[in-house]
Amino acid sequence: MRNDPANQEPTGPVLAADGTPLKKSLSRALRRQKMRALLLIAPLLAFVFITFVIPIASMLFRSVENDIVANTLPETVVAIASWDGTTGELPDEEVYAAFARDMIAAVAEKKHTRLGSRLNYELSGISSMFRQSGRKMKRWDPVEDAPFKEKLIDLHDGWGDVSTWAIIQTYSAPYTSGYFLTAIDMQLTPEGVTMQPEDKRILIRLFWRTLVMSLVITGSCILLGYPVAWLLANLPASKANLLMILVLLPFWTSLLVRTSAWKVMLQQQGVINDVLVWAGLVADDARLIMINNQFGTILAMTHILLPFMILPMYSVMQTIQPSYLRAAKSLGATNWTAFWRVYFPQSVPGIGAGSILVFILSIGYYITPEIVGGTKGVFISNRIAYHISSSLNWGLAAALGTILLAVVLLLYWAYDRIVGIDNVKLGG
Amino acid sequence: MIDKTGSEGFVSFDHVQKSYDGENLVVKDLNLEIAKGEFLTMLGPSGSGKTTCLMMLAGFETATHGDIRLGGVSINNIPPHKRGIGMVFQNYALFPHMTVAENLSFPLEVRKIGKSEREAKVQRALDMVQMGEFGGRRPAQLSGGQQQRVALARALVFEAELVLMDEPLGALDKQLREHMQFEIKRIADNLGITVVYVTHDQTEALTMSDRVAVFDDGRIQQLAPPDQLYEEPMSSFVAQFIGENNALDGVVQSIDNGVALVKLATGDLIDANPINVSKVGEKTRVSIRPERVEFDMNRLAEGSHTLKAEVLEFVYMGDTFRTRLRVADNDEFIVKTRNAPDQVRLQPGAVVDIGWMPSDCRALDA
Amino acid sequence: MKITNLIATTASCALVAGSALADDMTIVSWGGAYSASQQNAYHTPYTEKTGVNIINDESSAEAVAKLRAMNEAGNVTWDVVDVVASDAIRLCDEGLAMEIDADTMLADAPDGTKASEDFGDLLVSDCFIPQIVYSTTFGYRTDLVGDTPPTSICAVFDTEAYPGKRSLEKRPINNMEWALICDGVAKDEVYDVLGTPEGQQQALDKLATIKDDVIWWSAGADTPQLLADGEVVMGSTYNGRLFSVIEEQKQPVAMLWDAQVFDLDGWIIPAGLSEERKARALDYIMFATDTQRLADQAKYISYGPARKSSAPLVGKHAELGIDMAPHMPTDPENAKNTFLYNYEFWADYRDDIDAKFQAWLAK
Repeated sequence: MRNDPANQEPTGPVLAADGTPLKKSLSRALRRQKMRALLLIAPLLAFVFITFVIPIASMLFRSVENDIVANTLPETVVAIASWDGTTGELPDEEVYAAFARDMIAAVAEKKHTRLGSRLNYELSGISSMFRQSGRKMKRWDPVEDAPFKEKLIDLHDGWGDVSTWAIIQTYSAPYTSGYFLTAIDMQLTPEGVTMQPEDKRILIRLFWRTLVMSLVITGSCILLGYPVAWLLANLPASKANLLMILVLLPFWTSLLVRTSAWKVMLQQQGVINDVLVWAGLVADDARLIMINNQFGTILAMTHILLPFMILPMYSVMQTIQPSYLRAAKSLGATNWTAFWRVYFPQSVPGIGAGSILVFILSIGYYITPEIVGGTKGVFISNRIAYHISSSLNWGLAAALGTILLAVVLLLYWAYDRIVGIDNVKLGG
Repeated sequence: MIDKTGSEGFVSFDHVQKSYDGENLVVKDLNLEIAKGEFLTMLGPSGSGKTTCLMMLAGFETATHGDIRLGGVSINNIPPHKRGIGMVFQNYALFPHMTVAENLSFPLEVRKIGKSEREAKVQRALDMVQMGEFGGRRPAQLSGGQQQRVALARALVFEAELVLMDEPLGALDKQLREHMQFEIKRIADNLGITVVYVTHDQTEALTMSDRVAVFDDGRIQQLAPPDQLYEEPMSSFVAQFIGENNALDGVVQSIDNGVALVKLATGDLIDANPINVSKVGEKTRVSIRPERVEFDMNRLAEGSHTLKAEVLEFVYMGDTFRTRLRVADNDEFIVKTRNAPDQVRLQPGAVVDIGWMPSDCRALDA
Repeated sequence: MKITNLIATTASCALVAGSALADDMTIVSWGGAYSASQQNAYHTPYTEKTGVNIINDESSAEAVAKLRAMNEAGNVTWDVVDVVASDAIRLCDEGLAMEIDADTMLADAPDGTKASEDFGDLLVSDCFIPQIVYSTTFGYRTDLVGDTPPTSICAVFDTEAYPGKRSLEKRPINNMEWALICDGVAKDEVYDVLGTPEGQQQALDKLATIKDDVIWWSAGADTPQLLADGEVVMGSTYNGRLFSVIEEQKQPVAMLWDAQVFDLDGWIIPAGLSEERKARALDYIMFATDTQRLADQAKYISYGPARKSSAPLVGKHAELGIDMAPHMPTDPENAKNTFLYNYEFWADYRDDIDAKFQAWLAK
């Protein structure tokens, strides 16, 4: 009661000795401290900003950016705006002339092939049209060679195809939702937004598979990791240290080596199958298929991610004193009840932390599914990697990455709502 | 209330031994009978085996040899949760993820007691420790003393007849500890439960217990009521461990009429009560309580031996004076005197004669 | 005084560093035996001749993406990059590679034939300097095919005659062509058919007949390992990889040259180099792609030199001492039935067909 603020006299703002309001005086005193703290973390802030915030912002931007069409074909974009592609008639000479002028300028700057590659994502065949036409249009004159409609159609009959112009028109805006639509197996066509044809739908399936398999991996990490973490936390120090080394061992070998080792173990002529055949448990002509499928991916990734589950669990379990279990037993609880009602709830924060770590790591995993995943064990990240390094469709890769990021944030939010993020502990 | 007449106690340890490594015995041949309703304290320094005994009784450790019985039934093979023994832990071990009421409700739930009865019992137990209004709090929101009360209530709520307490007050400050000592004693007496209490704090042991078992080196050195323990220690260890004590080493010169004449290393002779000595020439350590040392030679019997003592330090402690002396080359000889109007205050450097009644000076094992 | 000293020291340090940099040239390639053959045939003699120190970077697999990123960052650190022809075409399209005039920038043949004629059709892009002809073809386990070793590509699709797993690359290129050929499409109509949705479906349907028997690979080393382990009875990979399985590791594996697909690998010079670096890169290219040098590379690896004039100079393997000519994909005996990778077609259809192929795989 002594410190009850209600007992103080309500005399308005409290004043410091020199008459300035106490709050102001306090904040002035704290400002120096805050500035110093800020300076201390400034390098880290800058580092995070450069290596994290900027790349993510640029990824978000790239997933909608589409100014290449308007930049390469500035006159065409204006001229084609009023054309109605649904009539099935080609644009008139004005559009062709604008296009020819744009192209001749673009060829001089060697920008036309880049645009061809970009539009080829939307309509197969445009890439070679731009490349071949560019080679010949190099020698054209924008004034003397007019009119262009006939000439262009002569050059490549693609220029006489309505769908070519419709695609240019559809993608003439500086920003597009096209990448995002593609990322969820839809497409932006001149007729509007439609689903991709059945035989090209793969990304939603991959997203879904990535989520489900990540959950399975997280689940198996919990099941396998929990007893190990428990042992680690309860063994005498010398034995626990040895076990800890075994747990950490995977960290010290290269990811590629470990994944390849799984290959040697799991393949049909591999160690496990050899042993099973030798032991007579499996017929030689019916060797188990354990790799190049989902099983292989789950197994190898569980192994690789297990330490990320065990360590947070361990550090939480270490803080659970053995006396809680004893107390529960002394109060009449069986071993199971004591564990389930007393020990387990206290270890949940560790499970939560480990699960978030493992789930987020596995949702973005790439190398292991690529090596042991076969066709049904690959993740969305493998597709992102393909679009980054093989197809060079960075816009689509960015859209896929953004969706993945959004999914993770969404799950994080859901986790916070259900479990509460305060209930996540990485250590005591 | 205390029934010590029965041939066998409510709890009994029968030739119990315990070894963790197969080489050293932590508990050596323990025999102990605890009566129903008794408040028994196991007192001893750390490593003396007292906590191990408690844990064997609770069922968290198994005896390497011997038999532990509860109400006449051997409980060696009964798992802890079936023993029905309440326990208060050193760090309280309140379940942090449950509220106070849920903590108390836990032992009742595992006993499948109905909800309404459960709630009534929980409330009654909380009221008993004056925590009736705190049922909805989490342990982390309580002070140390409050947690202690809750832990006590939880050990009592399922009406165990035997409650074990493992240094339950160790984490509390002095004032609160003293208060809780009374509280625990009061509740134990009211409920008529049997309490086995482990502590290394001798004051706690003396103030609370019906009997105290002093442990050292895996054995009970002495088992006695507090007053007897303090006034009639049966070994040097107990004399040293319980209360403040002055010790002097010497050799028995003669034993006459129940008074032993002991020759100290300095050649001085003193009178002592022969407890653990029977032969002339035996080495002994005599023990004398600081408040039984006499400066006034008129109060001693005729012919008593006295010693010269040099005053080294005088400390004023309010109700008492505490004087440190050099006696027979022992610099740590303490004398406590009551702060009375006629009491002398000795100045450092002064040399005085001291002596004692032979019965107050106990010649114990060397 | 102190400050001037400091500045002078810093400046001289920078100069030393600068001149050290000037003597270093970063050449990007694929690593492994291939880079080793380039080291022996090109880099070492070039360093001996000019004193230029060559730094090897094994990033060719990601070269296109990395060059694009470097270009966007405005800091191209590579001088010469070894890429497959299809990547060279894309780099050229993207403006990331420099255009090369073969006749002025590349060496003439010893008999005076112009470079453009000596390389001929292999100059598939304005930016591309061909180096080797390699092929993607099949190897099979001689001990697992019974008494009738396969002689036709269609053995891949014949699981009755040749039971067991096959390994195919996890991409549509080559697989779609082989499927169509074995489904009865004439060789010169393959790309016309493959350009239509129906043709694509036809190829996938043919592949579906062996889908359960296929292990899909993504790294060139996979098939040789799978063959060596006996995991597959036959599998596609680069002919040089099979050469080393057969001749160096002496595994019971043989080549099935039928319907091998020729592809080219060669150099590009990144766009946007400084004049000094560009001149040095061109000097290296002039040296490394002359007739003798290309023939030398074949001593170390079984890929055919891209110049017509180099073919007669191909000799024996530097270590094994065996004649290399019969192991070249271009050897007449091996090249009875071949394809040349259709760069134009795949540049246009790659993304479209790849999406369908991956969707089909995932089913």
